[in-house]
Amino acid sequence: MRPWSYILSALLVVSLAAPAMAANAVTVKGSTTVLPIMQRAVEAFIAKTGTTVSVSGGGSSNGIKALLDKSTDVAMASRKMKGKEIKLAESKGIKPVEHVIALDAVIPIVNPANKITNLTSDQLKAIYEGKVTNWKEVGGDDGKIIVISRDTSSGTYETWHKIIMKKARVFPGALLQASSGAVLQAVAKNKNAIAYDGIGYINNTVKPLSVDGVTGSAVTAKDKTYPVARTLQIYTTASPSPAAKQLVEFILSPNGQDIVEQAGFIRR
Amino acid sequence: MHLHFRGHTMRISRQQKEMAIHGSFFAIASTSILVLTLIMVFLIVEGLPIFNQVSFPDFVFGQYWYPTDDPADFGILPMISGSLAVTAVSSCIAIPLGLMTAIYLAEIASPRMRSFVKPLVEMLQALPSVVIGFFGMVVVAPLLQDWFGIATGLNLFNASVMLAFMAVPTITSIAEDAIFSVPEELRAASLALGATKWQTIAHVVIPASLPGISTAVILGMARSIGETMVVLMVAGGAAMAPGSLFDPVRPMPASIAAEMAEAPYQSDHYYALFATGMVLFLFTLMFNVLAAYIAEKKKQTGTASL
Repeated sequence: MRPWSYILSALLVVSLAAPAMAANAVTVKGSTTVLPIMQRAVEAFIAKTGTTVSVSGGGSSNGIKALLDKSTDVAMASRKMKGKEIKLAESKGIKPVEHVIALDAVIPIVNPANKITNLTSDQLKAIYEGKVTNWKEVGGDDGKIIVISRDTSSGTYETWHKIIMKKARVFPGALLQASSGAVLQAVAKNKNAIAYDGIGYINNTVKPLSVDGVTGSAVTAKDKTYPVARTLQIYTTASPSPAAKQLVEFILSPNGQDIVEQAGFIRR
Repeated sequence: MHLHFRGHTMRISRQQKEMAIHGSFFAIASTSILVLTLIMVFLIVEGLPIFNQVSFPDFVFGQYWYPTDDPADFGILPMISGSLAVTAVSSCIAIPLGLMTAIYLAEIASPRMRSFVKPLVEMLQALPSVVIGFFGMVVVAPLLQDWFGIATGLNLFNASVMLAFMAVPTITSIAEDAIFSVPEELRAASLALGATKWQTIAHVVIPASLPGISTAVILGMARSIGETMVVLMVAGGAAMAPGSLFDPVRPMPASIAAEMAEAPYQSDHYYALFATGMVLFLFTLMFNVLAAYIAEKKKQTGTASL
């Protein structure tokens, strides 16, 4: 056989097999914050069960919309469903079921050389609005505050923007780092820097700050005393397909929750 | 008769072969052109819808970039000025360095030295940009902070130096070829008239190779304006027009790379990033057309070009 005929026959096999596989396939859509968890979980799930799962982002709203349009089996959301969405679901005869799969806590971090250990949410907001520009204004040593933020489409930014900034704008002079790793790197190398990062990424090259006197941890995030935290959830309909049900069960299982931790989040 | 017949078939098969080769080359060439055209069409189709939300002047001259806010602001002037600033500063570093290296290699260095140094300079080009970016972030940025006492080492200057690293091999390699290809009789004539070596280089060799040198410089600058990884890692990323050499900036490629991965498909944010890509494409296209124009218009045609 010539090489091209191998390719041709391979294509033929794939095209014949594809419809058969699609029969019990699961589609997952929604929040980009939940996406890294889902991608890892789905990889393990496929390896375990052989079920075909297609995962895509698009944001919480799009995920929920797709669930109500019946164009996805599972919707990922970094926020709870809104009253309007629940009403819309009812009008369509769908009863969405919520499964909290993880908690996300975002922690402010500074260089280990910085003597500050706590900031209030108002101070953090003022720093990120560019209103407080020197560390001595918040009780630190004299030095210009280097504000580091994340790209506006990241889930970490979204949490920070909603809870600390109360949707006010981060001032344009803030430095932008495109990943959690780059944020750590930048703070570790600059004694005047402040940034925020998901709890799972923080290591000893930086110093985490407490917010309003509460240290961010898995415990304080769960009992809701730490303010910059939220739950991550997935939604299915009341009667999901067996494969979708299996996927949800897998993520809630201890194995699935290990994956949640590996992705940098807190177990439910 | 038999021989004639064989000759006949051979001629046809040769013609067919010729046509087949002709055809396949044409097909391959048109495929790559077709793909490029499709990419351009895609860029425009995905970029244009943003202008339903924001007018073109507001997009290009807007001061604020808050693509995910409600209401959102889509102004890319800070990114355009960031791109122009890093390109200008890196050119100031890379052009003298690159050209002087080229002159040294072509005119002054011994053939042995040349055969050793030139591959070395060109090897610099093989350094992955992510390695240069990492070097700038982890090594250069803290040094800048310590040496100059500046607030952050992730800034315009650092990014420009790293970009200059990447542009120098391009500039040196192309300019050196241009200088080296200046006909020997020009140098001989100049020296015979009593000019010194330096006078020969400055007044004969460089003017004669100017078109090639210009191409080298423009392609070097095009490299700087389009480079993504280095500026993403090292430029700091503040969406603000720089006020000094040590201010953080966010050039257009960094903005696109940082946000594209997670911008919801066919949202305004997504369209705005593609439109940024269109603007960036216009800039690089301008550089390349200019380079092609100069190379074509002022072709080096031996002694006749002087």
